[in-house]
Amino acid sequence: MESNALSISCAGLTLNNPTMLASGIMGYSTESFQRIANSGAGAVVTKSVGIQPRVGYVNPTVVQAESGIINAMGLPNPGITIFSEEIKFSKMILRVPLVVSIFGYSAEDYAEVAKKASEAGADAIELNVSCPHVKQTGAEIGQSPKLLSEVVQQVKIATNKPLIVKLSPNVTDITILAQAAIEAGADALTVINTLKAIAIDVETQTPILGNIKGGLSGAAIKPVALRCVYDIADQFKIPIIGCGGIKNWRDAVEFFLAGASIVQIGTAVADNIEVFQSITKGIENYLRKKNARSVKDIVGLAHRK
Amino acid sequence: MSDLPIANNQMRTTQIVQIRTESPSVKTFIFTDRLCSKAKPGQFLMLWIPGIDEIPLSIMDTSNSLVSVTVKAVGDATRHLHDMVPGATIGIRGPFGNDFTESRGRVLLIGGGTGTAPLLFLAKRLALKTDHLVFVEGAKTANELLFINEVAGICQEKNIITTTEDGTAGLQCLVTQPLASLLEKENFNMIYVCGPEVMVKKIFEMTEARKLPIEASLERLMRCGIGLCGSCVIGKYRVCRDGPVFNTIQLREMKDELGISKIGFDGSRIPF
Repeated sequence: MESNALSISCAGLTLNNPTMLASGIMGYSTESFQRIANSGAGAVVTKSVGIQPRVGYVNPTVVQAESGIINAMGLPNPGITIFSEEIKFSKMILRVPLVVSIFGYSAEDYAEVAKKASEAGADAIELNVSCPHVKQTGAEIGQSPKLLSEVVQQVKIATNKPLIVKLSPNVTDITILAQAAIEAGADALTVINTLKAIAIDVETQTPILGNIKGGLSGAAIKPVALRCVYDIADQFKIPIIGCGGIKNWRDAVEFFLAGASIVQIGTAVADNIEVFQSITKGIENYLRKKNARSVKDIVGLAHRK
Repeated sequence: MSDLPIANNQMRTTQIVQIRTESPSVKTFIFTDRLCSKAKPGQFLMLWIPGIDEIPLSIMDTSNSLVSVTVKAVGDATRHLHDMVPGATIGIRGPFGNDFTESRGRVLLIGGGTGTAPLLFLAKRLALKTDHLVFVEGAKTANELLFINEVAGICQEKNIITTTEDGTAGLQCLVTQPLASLLEKENFNMIYVCGPEVMVKKIFEMTEARKLPIEASLERLMRCGIGLCGSCVIGKYRVCRDGPVFNTIQLREMKDELGISKIGFDGSRIPF
């Protein structure tokens, strides 16, 4: 099978295979992006960047759980001004699309970071909407259709690069947030971010993470992520990037069948940085076995009535 | 490599069994941990000081089910650890990272400060395979020269060189100073280094000039310890997952950053 069976164009991005590095993993430096690209990723997503530098939370920032990990890094990042230089440097070297993940505490924050990231050369912008809204302490932007819509609209004005919204699963009905993002102009959705979680040690009788609570990723969340993709694909036509616990080709194919066109891989990098290559190879074999000409041919097949 | 897939190496708590004072600012903590007691020289663990912090530490020794780590009080976390007493509860993840290859023949070990700890662990293993071990150890002052007696138990006296910056013991110079003449005089099959990164950089330049093989253990800001967060990245390598021990070829690949800049808590590159 020619390798173009694996290439995919969606939401204004063209990837030579349907795997992406998920945001938050090794995402500071050009050398890391390059290594991930060489390991077979079709695109890379940076760590989330904001307006100001942030040092993040005190350790433990990561704790292993049953079939997954819980992290509370606290959005450590050098701020968009310094990171713009890294984006420019990456664009000179990297041969796969570079998606810049951004966060903010208001629509204005998001718009400013998106503008600077785009000017520096980002191929697309992914919105991390799982951080708290300053004016409404406690509530995440990604939990309010109204706030989410406002953020997406402002970012759309600030940049003409493809806009991907990464949805939080920590909501009653994810399709309501998906609808808000779509109506506000999102070009694609990444489904899903981590699930809110906690780890408690029985000996000291205390929470383990420095920030007490964190986000669960890895195999444990795969069925939840898959259901979220399925629900959104059932109602909307928007391109979906599946994310959550994908560690082998079978997982990836499940997400395509549920309605995703691309998959992101994060936690599985801990066990094997070459995971992108093995997943891509497995997808290729699967497509051949099923006589499918491309990934597009199998996207959403699980919805056949 | 640890036996378990990285993501399954969950934190477990254990009690400190014994604490040994090595110098005014350095203590060795000994505790029970089944997984880490199988660690090899060069590997590290993540130690949780409940409610305070979690820090990466080189494993200094193992015996039966016991594990030792040597810690200098340098910041908030390490000072809290120094204040702990036997019986206190700590959390452990690991062992993580790779280990030193165990070379035969003529071997040189160079330790700076607490960097001596993992090299002592290595020297004990190497002593079973080779009879020519040379140990060079440097510190700021006499009472910070660690494990002098232990090293003397492994290496012949003529094969031990000590240096202090203030001249209170051994030669008054940096640890790199006596190396030039040593490397002129003797040929080594392998050189092992652990210490501050600027020291590692200098020694690597010396071994490169003489085309000698080297393995260096690096220390960087570490958070997740399992290759995900990117805090300890140097060049294309992650110190926690691809290291902490790097060989000649890998050190060449990272020479633009080695001892020059590192990634800070906010992900920006900061000079040494």
